[in-house]
Amino acid sequence: MKQMALALRVNGEEKPVLVSPSRTLLEVLREDLNLTGTKHGCELGECGACTVLVDGKPMLSCLLPAAQVEGAEITTIEALGGPSTPHPLQLEWARLGAAQCGYCTPGFVMSAKALLDSNPEPTREDIKAAIAGNLCRCTGYHKIVEAIENFARQRKADQAIDRSIDTTATAVRAVALEARG
Amino acid sequence: MAPKTGFAVIGGTETRVDGLEKVTGRTRFADDLSFPNMLYGRFLRSPHAHARIRKIDVSRAAAMPGVHCVLTGRDFPIPFGPLPISEDEYVLAFDKVTYVGEPVVAIAAIDEATADAACRAVVVDYEELDAYMTLEEALEQRGEPIHTEHRFGNIHKAVSLEFGDVAQGFAEAEYFREDVFFYQGNTHMPIEEHSCTGVPEGIDRVTLYSSTQNPHYGHRLIAKALQLPGSRVRVVATPAGGGFGGKCDTFSHEFAACRMALRTGRPVKFTLNREEVFYTHRGRHPVLMWSKIGFRRNGRITGMHFRSFLDGGAYGSLGVATTYYTGALQPCSYRIPYYKFEGTRLTTNKPVCGPKRGHGAPQPRAMIEVQMDKAAVDLGIDPAQLRLVNAIEPYSKTINHFRVTSCGLKECIEKVVEVSGFNDKWGRLPHGKGIGFAISAYLSGAGTTQYPSNGPHSEVVVKVGRFGEVQCLTGSTDIGQGSMTVHASIVAEVLGLHASDVMVINGDTATTPIDLGSYSSRVTFMSGNAALEAARRMRDQIAAVVAATFGIPADCTEFREHKVFNAVNPGQSMAWEDACALAESKLGALSSTGNYTPPDLDGPYKGGAVGPSPAYSYTALAVQVDVDPETGMIDVEKVWCAHDIGFPINQTLVIGQVEGGIYMGLSEALFEEMDYRKSRLEAPSMLDYKTITVNEMPEIETHLICTHDPEGPFGAKEVGQGPLLPAIPALLNAVYDAVGVRIDEVPCTPDKVLFAMERKADGRGGRIGPTAFPEHATTARAVRAPRPAEWENGNEGRMN
Repeated sequence: MKQMALALRVNGEEKPVLVSPSRTLLEVLREDLNLTGTKHGCELGECGACTVLVDGKPMLSCLLPAAQVEGAEITTIEALGGPSTPHPLQLEWARLGAAQCGYCTPGFVMSAKALLDSNPEPTREDIKAAIAGNLCRCTGYHKIVEAIENFARQRKADQAIDRSIDTTATAVRAVALEARG
Repeated sequence: MAPKTGFAVIGGTETRVDGLEKVTGRTRFADDLSFPNMLYGRFLRSPHAHARIRKIDVSRAAAMPGVHCVLTGRDFPIPFGPLPISEDEYVLAFDKVTYVGEPVVAIAAIDEATADAACRAVVVDYEELDAYMTLEEALEQRGEPIHTEHRFGNIHKAVSLEFGDVAQGFAEAEYFREDVFFYQGNTHMPIEEHSCTGVPEGIDRVTLYSSTQNPHYGHRLIAKALQLPGSRVRVVATPAGGGFGGKCDTFSHEFAACRMALRTGRPVKFTLNREEVFYTHRGRHPVLMWSKIGFRRNGRITGMHFRSFLDGGAYGSLGVATTYYTGALQPCSYRIPYYKFEGTRLTTNKPVCGPKRGHGAPQPRAMIEVQMDKAAVDLGIDPAQLRLVNAIEPYSKTINHFRVTSCGLKECIEKVVEVSGFNDKWGRLPHGKGIGFAISAYLSGAGTTQYPSNGPHSEVVVKVGRFGEVQCLTGSTDIGQGSMTVHASIVAEVLGLHASDVMVINGDTATTPIDLGSYSSRVTFMSGNAALEAARRMRDQIAAVVAATFGIPADCTEFREHKVFNAVNPGQSMAWEDACALAESKLGALSSTGNYTPPDLDGPYKGGAVGPSPAYSYTALAVQVDVDPETGMIDVEKVWCAHDIGFPINQTLVIGQVEGGIYMGLSEALFEEMDYRKSRLEAPSMLDYKTITVNEMPEIETHLICTHDPEGPFGAKEVGQGPLLPAIPALLNAVYDAVGVRIDEVPCTPDKVLFAMERKADGRGGRIGPTAFPEHATTARAVRAPRPAEWENGNEGRMN
């Protein structure tokens, strides 16, 4: 079959690949780019294990021809953080035991990331809607929902602290300026 | 958060040691591995349920460019099976195909597309035979049996066991229940599809990397089927992306990858697609059951007669054990003074059934817990009370000679009644809402190996290096349950370290010692005990050297907080790293071993080796539902569960197993079924094979009951399977409480609920379920075993 030259943008890096037109993004990520963090459970769009972000939106990479996402910003689990540099969401996920076998986890984490990027304070119903297309056979889902909720709550608390630090710093600066004045 | 009494690590909530690798996608699963110059394997599978193979022509396929190896049944002439008493399977169909999807030809090529194209170029000449698709057809057996070598045609295994004279028990009864129940088959559906790569090493060795639960059994079977010395085969279990029993057997793709790797001198990878995973199956057996229980008016059981027919699919797999398990655990939860069990497993032309979480126990558990619920209504006793009246007690012998040690069944029942408000709700909720109750018992590891062996069931090596690094080597596999963390925690507790300080190397038949595998909820109990022994022996070696420099006896040292303390003078201590360097300088390489062999607990009768376990877990559970009378849809609102864990090694892992088990149980109860249209699966896809998603998952309130098992490591017992069992009947009982209909079938789907409600409104009784049980005389030799002495002396099984 005739090969196509594609210029993909994956995790902020330019990735030129030469692939057949029918090749899916999943296959390109795993087999051509050796980014095996993205998993497959069905290759029919049923389980959500292959979820990646395309321009910030969660997409099933098993159903997506790679040729269709040329020029888009593709984000995979590898971009979030490694074991020594985990994203705070991943840290909470691990702490709660929300990953058991861990095979569905990258897909879930990417669905959650997309939600949290677009909706900083999701309700429980928002969270369920965002991960309803991801299947897990180990956990019973509770710890996954809890991890996302905890992360959102913690981030809000941290931002409040950041804001109060900013406010304090401004006040201190004003006092200092006044004293100097 | 209650446990953790006096321990630094055990009983805590430390993050699992492999947690960060998993959440960052860095865990290397089987299909994530690739090797230089690798080939890809695919199967041509049978399109027929039952057919003779007249001729296979592979010439066109073998001549295709890019094809490197083509194998047929003739390349694997040795039949195999996980149980030596049931070796009826070939790697590739030998002279017959016996189910749709059975591998017939294996082809390795430069890529999957080439291998698939070559499979399509194979010509197989089949002579179709009548297929046996149901229990009834298999029993009737109008034509050629599926396995002509089986003595009783399509009857694969028949068991008949009687403990005391059940007629005597029934003579004492004042009330009987006689019921029939059907539990449909279902499958594991791990999110990871099976995958393996065979890699040739040296001139005549092969290493198999595979998503398997049981590398040791795989090692034995691959050597046998490939006619190789065991020393030439190495099996490495990659982290399994879900198992649930579905990766216990050794599969055609594993044998084929090894043979093809040796044949071609190149690595050969097989990764199944989802449809193939459904047909590979080895999941829950469909079971038709009949049970008669005699009661006194006060609720005490006087005797039980239980019969089961198992629809086994095309081959034996572990089905002999499954057959026994449909009758083994009833007396382990209730004090049954007289008991008779007859079980028969039939061969049918469907994908092979095998072990799925609960292995043969969920089906009878569903039936008898519904039966107990019906008896409670009839006798006017509340369902929880009826269970308390009959509950097995700690330190007793069951009527089928199982030794029960720690047992928190009564505490579990009382806890669930308390926290769920069961007594205030049962029979009192508004129409449409209901609460159901059930209990269960399960093994902490099978007491018997799958093949005859006198060796330990678990062996562990602990190594310590010059810089204080610790390795724990175990053959056990982590299938998500957290066994690596359990091992790390046990070793860390003994050596005064954190779990994250211990590197666990596991599941490799070359570098780690033997462990039988991750099945029958055995790993924490058995391999955990081996790890405990190895860690203590390591501690003793280091203690002796450090104590000598302190000038104290070795048992006057304490290992904690990364130090070795002088217990006589706690002001004196030595850093862990210094202690290791010192011990190594005196003793040389530091290593220790630990072993675990369960005590001989076999009952004194044929078949008495299936069911005995060094300890049993107990669970009680209540489910509250909201049933829509218009649609029959069941909304599960909440689950309360109390589980006798003995003692939790890690609370986070234990709660995870409880929640995951209840999830899987409810999903089976509500949705999951292996449904066939003629000889093909109705729904071999993850959309059509409906499972619970986050949207249907109810809230779960879990309570751990700590009975401190005397033989478990730090008192621990199993949790991986037990909590699944009562979820199913508790749901069925809740539906009855909600809308007054009995669904004597699993799954309990809305159409059945609606139909039962219509029947009830018409005055035809609100029950859906089988009405007849095959009156087929068992082919088993009847075994009449004496009742244990603990029953004959009027002690109702109590051992003291």
